[in-house]
Amino acid sequence: MKPTDIAAPDYFHKVVDCQWACPAHTPVPEYIRLIAQGRYSDAYMINWKSNVFPGILGRTCDRPCEPACRRGRVEETPVAICRLKRVAADFKDDIKQRLPKPVPKNGKRVAFVGGGPASLTVARDLAPLGYHCTVFDSDPEAGGMMRTQIPKFRLPNSVIDEETGYILGLGVEFKGGHRIESMKALLAEKYDAIFVGSGAPRGRELDIPGRKEAAGNIHIGIDWLSSVSFGHTDKIGKRVIVLGGGNTAMDCCRTARRLGGEDVKVIVRSGFEEMKASPWEKEDAIHEDIPILNFLVPVSFIHDNGKLTGVTFQKVKAEYDAKGRRNLVPSGEPDQTFECDDVLVAVGQENAFPWIEPDCGIEFDKWHMPKVDPKTFASTNPKVFFGGDAAFGPKNIIWAVAQGHDAALSIHKMLSGEDITERPLPEVHVSSQKMGIHEWSYDNDISIDKRFKVPHRDKVIALKDIKTEVELGYDVKLALGEAHRCLNCDVQTVFSTSLCIECDACADICPMDCITFTNNGEEDDLRHRLKAPSLHPDQDLYVSSDLKTGRVMVKDEDVCLHCGLCAERCPTGAWDMQKYFIEMTHAGSTCPTKSRSAA
Amino acid sequence: MTYIAKPKFHHPGLKKNELGYTHRDYEGKISTLCAGCGHDSITASIIEACYELSIEPHRVAKISGIGCSSKTPDYFLGNSHGFNSVHGRMPSVLTGANLANRDLIYLGVSGDGDSASIGFGQFAHSIRRGVNMTYIVENNGVYGLTKGQFSATADRGSKSKKGVTNTDNAIDLVAIALQLGATFVARSFSGDKSQLVPLIAAAIGHKGASFIDVISPCIAFNNHAGSTKSFDYVREHNDAVNRLDVLVGRDPIAVDYAPGTVQVVEQHDGSRIALRKIDADYDPHDRLGAQTFLAKHAAKGQIVTGLLYVDPDAEDLHEHLNTVETPLNTLEADTLCPGSSVLDKINASLR
Repeated sequence: MKPTDIAAPDYFHKVVDCQWACPAHTPVPEYIRLIAQGRYSDAYMINWKSNVFPGILGRTCDRPCEPACRRGRVEETPVAICRLKRVAADFKDDIKQRLPKPVPKNGKRVAFVGGGPASLTVARDLAPLGYHCTVFDSDPEAGGMMRTQIPKFRLPNSVIDEETGYILGLGVEFKGGHRIESMKALLAEKYDAIFVGSGAPRGRELDIPGRKEAAGNIHIGIDWLSSVSFGHTDKIGKRVIVLGGGNTAMDCCRTARRLGGEDVKVIVRSGFEEMKASPWEKEDAIHEDIPILNFLVPVSFIHDNGKLTGVTFQKVKAEYDAKGRRNLVPSGEPDQTFECDDVLVAVGQENAFPWIEPDCGIEFDKWHMPKVDPKTFASTNPKVFFGGDAAFGPKNIIWAVAQGHDAALSIHKMLSGEDITERPLPEVHVSSQKMGIHEWSYDNDISIDKRFKVPHRDKVIALKDIKTEVELGYDVKLALGEAHRCLNCDVQTVFSTSLCIECDACADICPMDCITFTNNGEEDDLRHRLKAPSLHPDQDLYVSSDLKTGRVMVKDEDVCLHCGLCAERCPTGAWDMQKYFIEMTHAGSTCPTKSRSAA
Repeated sequence: MTYIAKPKFHHPGLKKNELGYTHRDYEGKISTLCAGCGHDSITASIIEACYELSIEPHRVAKISGIGCSSKTPDYFLGNSHGFNSVHGRMPSVLTGANLANRDLIYLGVSGDGDSASIGFGQFAHSIRRGVNMTYIVENNGVYGLTKGQFSATADRGSKSKKGVTNTDNAIDLVAIALQLGATFVARSFSGDKSQLVPLIAAAIGHKGASFIDVISPCIAFNNHAGSTKSFDYVREHNDAVNRLDVLVGRDPIAVDYAPGTVQVVEQHDGSRIALRKIDADYDPHDRLGAQTFLAKHAAKGQIVTGLLYVDPDAEDLHEHLNTVETPLNTLEADTLCPGSSVLDKINASLR
């Protein structure tokens, strides 16, 4: 193998698995260390810069970082990254002084369709640069789906108000209750750029017999949730069936439990394991006495005199074809009918752009989605950008944020007369953490604690009031314990070939047997000659150039604890622990365009 | 040394030996020696050899004297018996322990000061008596604990870190061990685990006095130009006569060697050593030849490593003394003191 180029910004970035997996590339270990030090405001600001909604995401994020967390490969469970983010939000001081100050307007106007996470992120990035940002939303308050679709017992209004408030406080104009009905009309208002962050607002229908006849008791999940959110709906029948296996279904069933539903069940077509809902959301639902029944496909709504009485399901089983694709085929067992008073349909969401006229210069593909460049988020109309669910269909808030940052950068570049396809490189800082012979500026003593549970409110109390938040969040002590579980993967092991005397001290001390000194070879061959088996080929090998004996140092990054013992036991300083900090380029940051040396 | 304990986590894919232990289970406390010390690599090699042999840690007694080397038994086999004895007195303590309980595996760990100076006589007699043990000298050629004076194994003409030339003749412990009748003699290098680990494993399987001289560079005081015990010097002057694999059990030898290049030695415990010859003319069963070979190569400044001599049919001290099979420490009082009638018989036989 060729010697690893650690100057390439991506190499060490990949080692920080959580940050690499996060669509917004939040510097996770950095903020976790700050939490451990009690510097909650600093931790919050790092998050705020990167993911804009730390308090909201700390409660609702889909956590792509956690399955990636190295700790999950070392022991059973990853670090509770998401809930630590909430800790930063919960315990911070007043951070208003740290927010960007309003600047004189630069005369350029940007319109936003929809006031959800994508639009607000773009506005957050552009307003401090002097752009006049106008956000239109049909709802009276900002937040979009964060406010209307996520139940209050998971995400209280106060948190949404606070974090949308920080953005609107930057001088962003918010026009609530103002639905954009025509793109053509909006274009005619001569905005310099338009950002469409209107989400995926339409709940998918379930067109089976009885749907029309029993319509009074069949509700589309996301519409019903927003109706509950605005207080238009405050009760439901005692027996409720929720159809669908995603997170919306979980929100529906738990909301139903709080509005009078006593016998609430979730019924899904697929198997329990393949459900789209996050595992912790399924757990929370089950904890609230909501059974989840699987392999049942709804075939008809049963009704009596226009009143819904139940739903009939066909029993299916999973069969896998030669290519490993799953098909649901009838199991041959008799159909099963469940009685109920109400049904909530949460079988997916769709985009809908009836308000974009065909002659706006915005092209759509065969799935009726706008043609959007996945890097620049520009549509075929150079002035119109898309982001969030509106761009590529339903995903999570953190994706909307990440796309928002990219779209903001494009808008800023376009309005600065620059080529939007030229994307600036991230800024990378690498610095040694050595303080003394055995002292590092990070805590390298590896905690063996198991993941700490987030305290929940007592179920009886939680189910009584729809606005009572169920999760109480970590207290300071639990947060400290959980923060110590972080392996500081951003503190990198950096090897200097010229200093190595091949004494084997690092290979001997490494608790995870990551380091091997051996003859070089092709990657496949090398992976078979490591001191400990290579379990994850997607994890990189760090290979040195040739050493004095002609061998090379090979480090399997996979399960390195970043404990720094290799560097402590190295007599010549050939190993050093260096903190790698990567900042993604947002609109307005000084943009390096050449690759910077990482070490 | 380091301020933190070695993390308890280990690689999830570590292989387990017959006892279900990983090599991490054979570790001891974290080393307090200087960073990069060759002794730590010897520690790692002992751990690896014991792991590979699936040795039950409680069946091992590790005994040492005084010095950097003699600290190391604290760093391996944390669940074994240990005795950190007086300077140079490891061989006596080991001999006594071996006589009292012949069932344990004895690991004597010593250094060049401990064995070639203060304990030279003790070393000689334990070898001469054929105590069943693995005697490892971690040989760095300096007194590391007292900041780098020449030890008795430092080569004449080699230079200290300060630039002073050594004018005394060196003691070659391997030559002495051969001369004193050790039945397993080897030399290796801390920087070459692929050679050292099988040597230690083979020595443990050998019944009789096994002696391994391991050159172990002292990073702090003896790893400079002019030293003959530095990483660079040993790597440049290493003349390995053979490499070996230790084969546990009676499976056929699967490795396909060119004919005539492999010699299989069956050990007393049933394990076998496959010796891959590097020097075609070297015969590890020829004590006299080994002595001559060593002397010739030493004169050329070469360091001969590998398994230099082995007598697979060796006898140990217990056989010489015709002691009972049962370890003395488990003999009951009525066996040890069979009563006056037996004494009378003995007395009668002497009249």
